[in-house]
Amino acid sequence: MQRVGVFVCWCGSNIAGTVDVQAVSEALKNEPGVVFSANYQYMCSQAGQDMIKQAIIEHKLTGIVVCSCSPRMHEATFRKTAQAAGINPYMVEIANIREQCSWVHKEMEIGTEKAIILGRAAIAKVNLNAPLTPGESPVTKRALVIGGGIAGIQTALDIADAGFCVDIVEKKPTIGGKMAQLDKTFPTLDCAACILTPKMVDVAQHEKIRIFSYSEVEEVGGFVGNFDVKIRKHARYVNEDICTGCGDCVSKCPMKKVPNEFNLGMDNRSAIYIPFAQAVPKVATIDPNACNMIKNGKCGLCARVCAAGAIDYTQQDEIIEEKYGAIVVATGFNPISMDQFDEFAYNQSKDVITSLEFERLTNAAGPSAGKLLRPSDGKHPQTIVFVQCVGSRCDACAEKGKEYCSKICCMYTAKHAMLTRDKYPDTDVYVFYIDVRTPGKNFDEFYRRAVEEYGVHYIKGMVGKVTPQGDKLKVQASDLLANKQLHIDADLVVLAAAIEPDASARPLATMLTASMDTNDFFTEAHPKLRPVESPTAGVFLSGACQGPKDIPETVSQAGAAAAKVIGLLAKDKLQGNPCVASANEMMCNGCSSCERVCPYGAITYENKEFRMPNRTTAIRRVASVNPAVCQGCGACTVACPSGAMDLRGFANKQIMAEVDAICK
Amino acid sequence: MQMSEYKPLIVAFCCNWCSYAGADLAGNNRLAYPADVKIIRVPCSCRVNPMFILRAFQRGADGVILCGCHPGDCHYTSGNYFTRRRMALLFSMLDFLGIERERTRVEWVSAAEGAKFAATMNDFVATVAALGENKRLEDLRCKR
Repeated sequence: MQRVGVFVCWCGSNIAGTVDVQAVSEALKNEPGVVFSANYQYMCSQAGQDMIKQAIIEHKLTGIVVCSCSPRMHEATFRKTAQAAGINPYMVEIANIREQCSWVHKEMEIGTEKAIILGRAAIAKVNLNAPLTPGESPVTKRALVIGGGIAGIQTALDIADAGFCVDIVEKKPTIGGKMAQLDKTFPTLDCAACILTPKMVDVAQHEKIRIFSYSEVEEVGGFVGNFDVKIRKHARYVNEDICTGCGDCVSKCPMKKVPNEFNLGMDNRSAIYIPFAQAVPKVATIDPNACNMIKNGKCGLCARVCAAGAIDYTQQDEIIEEKYGAIVVATGFNPISMDQFDEFAYNQSKDVITSLEFERLTNAAGPSAGKLLRPSDGKHPQTIVFVQCVGSRCDACAEKGKEYCSKICCMYTAKHAMLTRDKYPDTDVYVFYIDVRTPGKNFDEFYRRAVEEYGVHYIKGMVGKVTPQGDKLKVQASDLLANKQLHIDADLVVLAAAIEPDASARPLATMLTASMDTNDFFTEAHPKLRPVESPTAGVFLSGACQGPKDIPETVSQAGAAAAKVIGLLAKDKLQGNPCVASANEMMCNGCSSCERVCPYGAITYENKEFRMPNRTTAIRRVASVNPAVCQGCGACTVACPSGAMDLRGFANKQIMAEVDAICK
Repeated sequence: MQMSEYKPLIVAFCCNWCSYAGADLAGNNRLAYPADVKIIRVPCSCRVNPMFILRAFQRGADGVILCGCHPGDCHYTSGNYFTRRRMALLFSMLDFLGIERERTRVEWVSAAEGAKFAATMNDFVATVAALGENKRLEDLRCKR
């Protein structure tokens, strides 16, 4: 029989406000096995933990039940406490009377009653607990970063600088991500390329970092410390090791009418291309959908002009298999499609552009060499209207757009408006906004400069309709503060499109079994206390894949994720989860039902000799679980027809005892 | 036992990775649902043996709900697919056992769906409460 101690936490007034903690600890005193019961204001505090330790020693407790917050919050804390007092950490059960009781029920009587039942179930379970010892597994000292934007670059550099090997997988031909497309960055107006490209070069030259560009993660297996990842390296039809990036092939390629995705289709590139001058790796890539040689076998000009002989039209996709200890997701964001926003005439006029397109227009390496010219006729625009929150902060009921604030648009629009007025003081610049949100260091000062020093017209209100008329864009808008309708003849309209997670994030989340929110942003393990870890052990989050973020925030989160990865890789051994399946060999009849449902292949069969009656022996085929591979899902326990398979820590008897205690 | 207002007894099995976290999120956001729901944490919805559900009914539960990650999002890759098939089979036999089909349910609730968790529980409790007490699978030996 166990000697159980019950500890009821008040959690200040969080629990004590709707649960009579005194009554709970009194009521649970009489449960089977309970020899000690107490309550305290904050069980997780040092004083509370000391109280538990003291009670364990004084009353010779063999198991404890803590009625407190969610086990997802403090189970680990109380397991450590129990261990410090000399009992097995897995002899601890938590009754969740905060998140699943006091916070969701209003009345004291009901809350108290439920808390007693939840406590009773936990006591029934702990009575059947057995000491468990976790197995150990080695850690592969190599990290994988998925995504080569500023988030992935910074994470990789920080991990590599600590001495661990890192691989970056980037689906585009070059790393750099969205930041490489930007012109200037707020609030300091550094040129994006000037601060990003040195980092890209650092990555390329770092002896601990490998870049798999034009590659995608295809399969992820294994678990924390021991992930097995398959990476598909797409055929770029150019031998990366030989190509010098001279660009001769690019200038000679006869197929020059391919929309250039780096400039968002505002100009063209050739079928063989280097995305931009500072690309890393700086090697050419052949677009198989545009290249005549690959499509029809006619041309081959690039192979003839390539002095290095790097062109290889027969190149195939390559599958790389590698083991990793940790995975960082840095898949980033994309502006949403403007197709659904007909009112702004995005698809009707070339002069209605998104902010990212504006960024390319003002970039010296962009389609207009940095001159702000209208895409339609190349004239200098006199009146520019910026529209904020296009697709952001939309009504939940609306069928288009996103509910959330995209966070970066207020600041980059202020930047665009300011830079326009700085370069071309003769232009009139209007910004239509719902609210101007500038929470960040030096952000509000920046926005006020745009208004006060640069004379940008900020108007609170939304643009209702944009109508192309002649070479003008008729902008119909409301000024909410003056309570009047405005009609502006604009030359250029710039839409601050909402941002959404990259489309590759969803299938990746499925591969990683990492969870996502309803907007397909990755969820963190805890919004405040574990913001860079995913709930899946060994998977970390960096940058805008977790939520809209600007560059300073992305870089700091990238560093934080790197620190977590370094902490993991610095360990030589990881303690596994001891709550794994185990087969009762006496009951197992070797039917293979469990083996078939195991997603990890943790179950094997062996022929074992068993003693039989009358001094005989028999050889039987029985299941055996590899505890290092078993993740403890319990699928096999239900599949087993003879009831031989059970899950430690969540045994059949324990769950039944909980059911019984609740249904008493 | 006084029966002023009928309170159904509901057992909810929640997987540790999605639904239990969803229930915690409902708590964090103070989204109320009836206290009749008592949650049992399991590592994965596929850990729930149909036996557990029958045991709950046998011991007097009025409703049993099983929550797991959305199909495709299972922490253990495929656990909830097993759940879906197993429960389809179990549910098809409930009528035969004398339990109304509406007293059981499988729902997918992710860790981000606190509001869905609360709404699901409110709806399920209302459905079960409308059915009234589960008398048909009472084990008389368990009666005191």
